[in-house]
Amino acid sequence: MKWGVVSFPGSLDDRDTLYALRDVLEQDAELLWHKERDLKNADCVVLPGGFSYGDYLRCGAMARFSPIMESVVSFARRGGLVLGICNGFQILCEARLLPGALTRNRSLSFICERVTVRVENTHTPFTRAAAPHELLRLPIKHGEGLYVASEDELRRIEDRGQVLVRYVDSSGRATEAANPNGSMHSIAGVANESFNVFGLMPHPEHAVEPMLGGEGGLKIFRSIIQSFA
Amino acid sequence: MRVKVYITPRRGVLDPQGRAIEASLKSLGFNDVGPVRMGKYIELEVAAASPAQASAEVRRMCEQLLANTVIEDYRFEVEDA
Repeated sequence: MKWGVVSFPGSLDDRDTLYALRDVLEQDAELLWHKERDLKNADCVVLPGGFSYGDYLRCGAMARFSPIMESVVSFARRGGLVLGICNGFQILCEARLLPGALTRNRSLSFICERVTVRVENTHTPFTRAAAPHELLRLPIKHGEGLYVASEDELRRIEDRGQVLVRYVDSSGRATEAANPNGSMHSIAGVANESFNVFGLMPHPEHAVEPMLGGEGGLKIFRSIIQSFA
Repeated sequence: MRVKVYITPRRGVLDPQGRAIEASLKSLGFNDVGPVRMGKYIELEVAAASPAQASAEVRRMCEQLLANTVIEDYRFEVEDA
């Protein structure tokens, strides 16, 4: 399979994602420039973390209108796999490829720490390598990660199993104390209705080697790789 | 035509900035202050034949970019100068 990692002006984690894919997972991966429209035959497109377009107006609001996003949107509509990490998650919500929105953390502070998430649904291309309710340790680093959706929308995405990862404590309970940013229902990541688009605030690409403090992120990438095996 | 656009968090959407401002105002002694909501204010110029045409244009701007209607409400004023 082939991976495409989009670089927007202000993307920070595009190179780290490439490193995780190429050097750690020995995958065929290429950067995709935001001004281009060619996805270079990628089977999975990753929108990385960062501060695309300076986060002006709202996080992800500007990136959504870049030329590459037109291709990403039609790729997603055709069923192509799209993974949005942090700022990438915000962009996918702004592009309405994912339900809900991300707003200022409850604390109003930028948070940089390691969290535990529980995998809620393993019947998806993004989570199939994980065990049911497996706990993953992943880093977060964001100022606007509070997941918001209307009550109706929340009920729908919960019923359909679209919440793929939730913030929990070390024993796997979704408590208020374990919810770093105040996200509704402790949601750390959601998929679309057809489960080919997934966005999450934690950074799997920063957790791919013991030296980085853990390998929890490999579960996400390996799931996607398995989907193409 | 000059247009003033006001964007506010939707009712029911958590507004931690508004809450922090409210708490600060209270700590300054403004005890009568009620719920504070914090939003954005955008001024822009638009060349349009009529205020109605400008309004239609600005509405599309708000829906497509200026506001995220999942979490924000918007309203605007067109000044026919």
